[in-house]
Amino acid sequence: MIDQGLRSELQKQGVFTTTLEEVYNWGRANSVWPLTFGLACCAIEMIAASMSRYDLARFGAEVFRPSPRQADLMIVAGTVTKKMAPLVVRLYNQMPEPKYVIAMGACAISGGPFKQGYNVLKGMDRYIPVDVVIPGCPPRPEALIHAFMTLQDKISNQKLTGPDRPRHLVENALSEFPVPVYGEHDLVPPSNPKLWQPPVLVR
Amino acid sequence: METLEQIKARVEALWPNARLELIANESPSGQRSLLVDNASALRIAEFLRDDPELHFDYCSNVTGVDWPELVTQTKVKKKTVVDGVEKEVEETVETRRPEYLEVVYHLYSIAKKHGPVILRMRTENRADKANVPSLTPIWRGCEFQEREAFDLYGIVFDGHPDLRRILMWDEFKDFPMRRDYVEPDDYEYEPTPHDEVMEKAKAHAAQGGKP
Repeated sequence: MIDQGLRSELQKQGVFTTTLEEVYNWGRANSVWPLTFGLACCAIEMIAASMSRYDLARFGAEVFRPSPRQADLMIVAGTVTKKMAPLVVRLYNQMPEPKYVIAMGACAISGGPFKQGYNVLKGMDRYIPVDVVIPGCPPRPEALIHAFMTLQDKISNQKLTGPDRPRHLVENALSEFPVPVYGEHDLVPPSNPKLWQPPVLVR
Repeated sequence: METLEQIKARVEALWPNARLELIANESPSGQRSLLVDNASALRIAEFLRDDPELHFDYCSNVTGVDWPELVTQTKVKKKTVVDGVEKEVEETVETRRPEYLEVVYHLYSIAKKHGPVILRMRTENRADKANVPSLTPIWRGCEFQEREAFDLYGIVFDGHPDLRRILMWDEFKDFPMRRDYVEPDDYEYEPTPHDEVMEKAKAHAAQGGKP
């Protein structure tokens, strides 16, 4: 690994040095293509973020893909009902690695104002791994951009080797998650215990 | 627009067998409604739509109401003669309201610019005889709303062209809008539980689930 001081000294002389990891992550972080996928009112803010006023294209994410096969990022924008949850998990499974998930808004995080209802999934993280969460009801486009930059930071800082390398570089790593089925009273299973455990409250 | 009494009188003149009842409304709106019997509901609905005076061409809303069995005890003071002396004795009188499901239709006339007239129908019970006739053949717009009432209340509409669940999935067995519905125990962490949520959290903890 090249020393940071030497590196900046070389840069002043017109010699640019880098690592494969940096180039690789730089490319990945600046062309994240989200899936065209909205569930409720948060999707309106997501649309606003992608339009000219907020212009998500500045971050390389202007290409909302109409197919999960071409997408890197799933923005779960809105209330996930229990009827919709298996379809969301299936879409996620159809995305190729590396893939990331932003849970946008209170509903996608925990069910939000519909949390005490019978028909709303209480958080998308019960079935798929969520990388960035944005609170808000709905979050403003700036918040989505902030979440996007947070995701870019996360991608840029991923190590390509070692034990904490991203999932897509681990051989035989799990990249598909079990799709819940419609049960007689609830989704079966109600959550994926490998991904999500209820928090233990200390009272 | 004719009053409900006039409509009722005209219907009863046409079909003497039809049983109609005016349902009072104690709320400030005072909006009364017309309870029709299931056997003649379809004829009455057709009459309301096709009569040139009434001409209810638009059914704006279909909804359901769940009425579980209710036994109320009221104390009544009665004067009785005991051993030749008149005494006031308190008696408890039990009144039992049978269980049934109710469907409510709101009818408007766009052509005549009047309405609403509120139609009600009741099922025999809440279990095996939860049937009412479908009014979709009369007002096509009832189709999805009747499906919704079927989905959430379990009201079976006889004569509906496509009676399936509309909001919940087909495999679902319960009727979530009924008062005795028990929701699945997928309790989520609640930082400041209160009222019903607190009760839910306690019930969840009592069942051995993590709070």
